[in-house]
Amino acid sequence: MPTIANSTQSPVLSMEGIVKDFPGVRALSNVSLELFAGEVTALVGENGAGKSTVVKVLTGIYQPDQGCINIDGQATKLATPNEAARAGITAIHQETVLFDDLTVAENIFIGHAPRTRLGLVDWTKMNDDASKLLEKIGASVNPTSLLRDLGIANKHLVAIARALSIDARIVIMDEPTAALSHKEIEELYVLVEQLKADGKAILFISHKFDEIFRIADRYTVFRDGELIGNGHIKDTDSAQLVKMMVGRNVEGVFPPRTNELGDVVLQVEHYSHPTEFDDITFSLNRGEILGMYGLVGAGRSECMHALFGITRPSAGTMTLNGQRVVPKSPADAIAHGIVYVPEDRGKQGAITALSIVENIALPSLQTTSHKGFVRMAREFALAREYTQRLELKAAALDQPVGELSGGNQQKVVIAKWLATQPAVIILDEPTKGIDIGSKAAVHTFMRELASQGLAVIMVSSEIPEVIGMSDRIIVMREGRQVAEVSREDVTPEVLVRAAAGIETSSAA
Amino acid sequence: MTSPSHTDATEIPDRLRGPLARMLASWEFLLLIVAILIFFFNTQASPYFLDAWNLSDATFNFTEKAMIAFAMALVIISGEIDLSVASIIALVSTSMGFAVQFGVDTPLLIVIAIAVGAACGAFNGFLVAMMGLPSIVVTIGTLSLFRGIAYIVLGDQAYSGYPASFAFFGQGYVWWVITFEMVLFMAIAILFYTLLHRTSFGRSVKAIGNNPTAALFAGIRVSRVKFILFVLTGIMSAIAAICLTSRLGSTRPSIAVGWELEIVTMVVLGGVNILGGAGTILGVFIAAIVMGLVTFGLGLLNVPGIVMSIFTGLLLITVIALPIVIRRTHRRAS
Repeated sequence: MPTIANSTQSPVLSMEGIVKDFPGVRALSNVSLELFAGEVTALVGENGAGKSTVVKVLTGIYQPDQGCINIDGQATKLATPNEAARAGITAIHQETVLFDDLTVAENIFIGHAPRTRLGLVDWTKMNDDASKLLEKIGASVNPTSLLRDLGIANKHLVAIARALSIDARIVIMDEPTAALSHKEIEELYVLVEQLKADGKAILFISHKFDEIFRIADRYTVFRDGELIGNGHIKDTDSAQLVKMMVGRNVEGVFPPRTNELGDVVLQVEHYSHPTEFDDITFSLNRGEILGMYGLVGAGRSECMHALFGITRPSAGTMTLNGQRVVPKSPADAIAHGIVYVPEDRGKQGAITALSIVENIALPSLQTTSHKGFVRMAREFALAREYTQRLELKAAALDQPVGELSGGNQQKVVIAKWLATQPAVIILDEPTKGIDIGSKAAVHTFMRELASQGLAVIMVSSEIPEVIGMSDRIIVMREGRQVAEVSREDVTPEVLVRAAAGIETSSAA
Repeated sequence: MTSPSHTDATEIPDRLRGPLARMLASWEFLLLIVAILIFFFNTQASPYFLDAWNLSDATFNFTEKAMIAFAMALVIISGEIDLSVASIIALVSTSMGFAVQFGVDTPLLIVIAIAVGAACGAFNGFLVAMMGLPSIVVTIGTLSLFRGIAYIVLGDQAYSGYPASFAFFGQGYVWWVITFEMVLFMAIAILFYTLLHRTSFGRSVKAIGNNPTAALFAGIRVSRVKFILFVLTGIMSAIAAICLTSRLGSTRPSIAVGWELEIVTMVVLGGVNILGGAGTILGVFIAAIVMGLVTFGLGLLNVPGIVMSIFTGLLLITVIALPIVIRRTHRRAS
């Protein structure tokens, strides 16, 4: 894909020949990037392609080893985050970096709060300015409320207000929709349009193709730290972008269905919780992949937590292999053969400082140990077996999990649960934030597990994944089960409508 | 990989480095060298150092504290801390002294001591593990509480008149210069080594210290493990209290004042991460000996106690700062 010469407009920001080396790795190799006023440029690439490094170079956190950055055609040095801010560059991060115990206004103006003549913070002006900014972006947030009390979507709006408060001309959005619900994403799009109309140059980093095609004007593709191609979004399609990202054609994104349904293994009836979910009833068969779709906050994870014994249901019953069970703790659930691969890999899944073998053996300690004494030989045997099945890439089994890539960490987390030989495995957002290669490996493996007779529940917010992998899909909205769709009948529209609560004409 | 064998390309080796390489790169190895250097320095500094009876006496500098340090190591690895240990000693010692006034004999004194220690630990454990309160606050509270009870019972008095058979724990010799305390210290070291490094309980402790949520999700009964650790620390404090009371032959409410800081220093010097998650019993074992050697060496040189306290303080800061500084310079160099 040739670089397009832009004759009509000169870029607000251009990076030329940027090289950034880390010990043993060249993170960026002679890359270029141009951003234009009033346009959204999507930066796409697999994990490890160099997207985050570019963001860190642009925000003054990293210094490039070679190359130059021009702003309005002038060579500019961005030696510190402060200099980057002064140059009009601001970034809204994936996991928004804000302060929970400060007010909204304080968050917006931290570092550049308006001062009185005595050098004290001018609270009145700060709150007024904050109100104006929030109003401008259509956020109904009180500037004096604590950030802690806001939902994730409003926190994003505060981050955006903060970006605007320093009068930025270049706005970097690093996976801004990753944690947002469908409706919130729509609102964000409106805001992006508004920023465009204000003449901001926007760098939009995303893994989601639908949103790239929805809001981007241009694209730039990185692969392994190199610029692969760029151009106008209207001249390309998703197949071409994927091809550029991975360097090959991806055929049949999801593995073919090979699993067959067996007997009912799990029966959940009228499961309820005082605040999170209400009257959930479903059954699960051996060899089945049951998709749980819904917006963020629909109560899917909370329901799974109750099945796994982290919380207790206030009402309802659960029958496993014909036996009534009420898991009182995760330990209890594991003993019954139910395991849960949590959504938050870093906080709930992997113990990053411990080795691969120790992580994998952790839930299986009861079986690998003898009278309370650990048996390293058995633990290594277990780790070898499952790391090979999952095609883990690591230097050694005693390497700390924190040193592995996101995709490989997820494989370790899945391996540790499989090693307990469960009857039911619950996967909560199993491919969130991992690269396409690892994603495909996880999908293939899920299919394989189901074929071997394991019952799988997959909580996912990604429509292609839900449709591509599930035999049956339950949609949840505001804590309630609102639809159950078989894989023959499913379409993206059906899921979106059910999850968003849009009535269909057939009143189903 | 250019290995000519036909093993599967995806096979991952078990270990990155061999046992020798791992040992040479370890904190414990560095500590051992320090211990040897201090030992050598002491032999040069004073002609009285290399006397078998002097060395034997010197072990009292660390044996009682180290018994608690092993349990404390587990508590710190689990991400908690117990600052009430010295006050538990005071309360246990006071309980024994109180019982002695009613003619209670040695075996029952031991039972009382262990029971009081375990009860104190269970109280800490209940507040931390069951109520979910931060251990640093809870144990600062019980630090005042337990010693306060000892002061109320004793006032400015002292209990003495312990039975003759009670003297063995702190004053007895097993063979030649080998004291009973020395043997007990070794036995407890082996016990805790096994507990931390060889049992699934020990593995759970490490997992909890690294990531309590992930540990809970992995089916570890986090509260139960923490509760047990505090009870264990209470029991070890009771055992140390038996030895110390027996050695001194009397109980004052100010017994073992300030020990908690020396014990925490010992644990951190032994390479246990103050933030939890990592540490070894071997490290704490060597650290106990290092601190014993330093105290003894300074004593031989007639260095006053306050200087030793300065030394302990500097040591604690250095030991905590050192790994961080090393990591930072390492990162800058690369």
